[in-house]
Amino acid sequence: MLSLPIYLDNNATTPMDPRVLEAMIPYFTQQFGNAASRNHPFGWQAEEAVDYAREQVAKLIGADAKEIIFTSGATEGDNLGIKGVFEMYASKGNHIITCTTEHKAVLDTCKHLEKLGAEITYLPVKADGLIDLAELEAAMKPTTILVAIMYANNEIGVVQPVREISAIAKKHGALFFTDGTQAVGKIPVDVQKDGIDIMAFTAHKMYGPKGVGALYVRRKNPRVKVTAQMDGGGHERGMRSGTLNVPGIVGFGKACELCRTEMEADTARIVKLRDKLENALLQIEESYLNGHKDYRLPHVTNISFKYVEGEGLLMGFNKNIALSSGSACTSASLEPSYVLKALGLGDDLAHSSLRFGLSRFTTEEEIDYTIEQITNTVLKLREMSPLWEMFKEGIDLDSVAWVHH
Amino acid sequence: MAYSDKVIDHYQNPKNVGTLDKAKKNVGTGLVGAPECGDVMRLQIEVDETTGTITDAKFKTFGCGSAIASSSLATEWLKGKTVDQALNIDNMEIVEELNLPPVKIHCSVLAEDAIKAAINDYRVKNGLEALQFEEKGVH
Repeated sequence: MLSLPIYLDNNATTPMDPRVLEAMIPYFTQQFGNAASRNHPFGWQAEEAVDYAREQVAKLIGADAKEIIFTSGATEGDNLGIKGVFEMYASKGNHIITCTTEHKAVLDTCKHLEKLGAEITYLPVKADGLIDLAELEAAMKPTTILVAIMYANNEIGVVQPVREISAIAKKHGALFFTDGTQAVGKIPVDVQKDGIDIMAFTAHKMYGPKGVGALYVRRKNPRVKVTAQMDGGGHERGMRSGTLNVPGIVGFGKACELCRTEMEADTARIVKLRDKLENALLQIEESYLNGHKDYRLPHVTNISFKYVEGEGLLMGFNKNIALSSGSACTSASLEPSYVLKALGLGDDLAHSSLRFGLSRFTTEEEIDYTIEQITNTVLKLREMSPLWEMFKEGIDLDSVAWVHH
Repeated sequence: MAYSDKVIDHYQNPKNVGTLDKAKKNVGTGLVGAPECGDVMRLQIEVDETTGTITDAKFKTFGCGSAIASSSLATEWLKGKTVDQALNIDNMEIVEELNLPPVKIHCSVLAEDAIKAAINDYRVKNGLEALQFEEKGVH
């Protein structure tokens, strides 16, 4: 039985797995202790729960538990990782390399550091969303202290060649930071094999609770340190002060364990649904896949439907299907997605895009319904679109003298 | 963002979607906006030359729900008005009728511009000079 509305915006956040909630509940009312209280059983219980969760989180990414710093989420992790390296390694240099399709938590952190004297290189991406490794190599300097490239993109799901990127960083004596928010829990991420020195990720993108995340900070080969961005009681090996969110951390640990043990089976099922959705929607005339077809997260697809506007399209079904669009008709700037524009897409195609993020809980019935609704709405709006009519008449839209507003 | 019931109604049941024969002397066509801005409206009027009354109006719009609703409403209002009366349609009337939020006011401005562009096209076709309008400057 199909239950509406359908949720296909899992890159924004995922529902929490009921098993995660179950694990968390005792830590609100019964085992409520402060993990830093060393002198009584309440504190010991909380500390033990945090230690266990730290193991669960570490295991998912091939790390040691001591290398996990709990945070409030990936935005904090991005800030702490990048600003923390900039401060800690100031004597080695001030140059950081990142790329144009990063999340704002990385881009705006870099912009902030520019004001403090950092030199930032923003690498462009190719039309498929991947960075050019030769350009990265060419951008490396003796003053480069950090390469910050995301593992997988939040809008198009493109997975960067992190092993090659980390090898280039290492060769030039720079650290490698990656924003693993969309990748961890969805595809195998291994900090050893991938050569990651620092990585931010978060629980709520992998069926865990909101408000808790982690920063992986390598302890061996090399031993990495980041300067704390919040002063206080010296929690988390002095890198992140603040009373630990024990129930959140317990939930995060459980979410990581479930992802580790169920990832293979989940992915096998989700990728089939994603491909079914994608193939059906690409059957629609003048629809285009955004991003590399193969180097991509298994649960994500981003498609542009030329000659219809994304927000108008969403309105056709957004009571029943939750999705997001690269169109920015609602924002004051009226600027479409900077990620899609970085791929070289025209504003018209960027305005016409929809992002689909499937999850562990997505069903085939939901996908069938989505295909039908979207196809119908695209066809209906094209009947209403002057651009579609002009396209059908063979008018080159680039030759029209548009009245810009 | 929640849309008003009127916007939803126009979006689901748009009035006067279609195309008039732009080659006809008594048909005026206005095409405003640009694909890269995410909004393009084409609004057409057919005028009874003896009375100066707009007998038919059609639109096609590429844009969000508010843009579609603004142009649908505009075609409804145009029918039965004289060309001179049509010139008095103000975008703020569209805003009020559809309860458009501030970020969507540009949709109503675009509809007003489309009306004026269609009227000017009709005027030029019939040997009259094009009227000059003030820029609303909301975009």
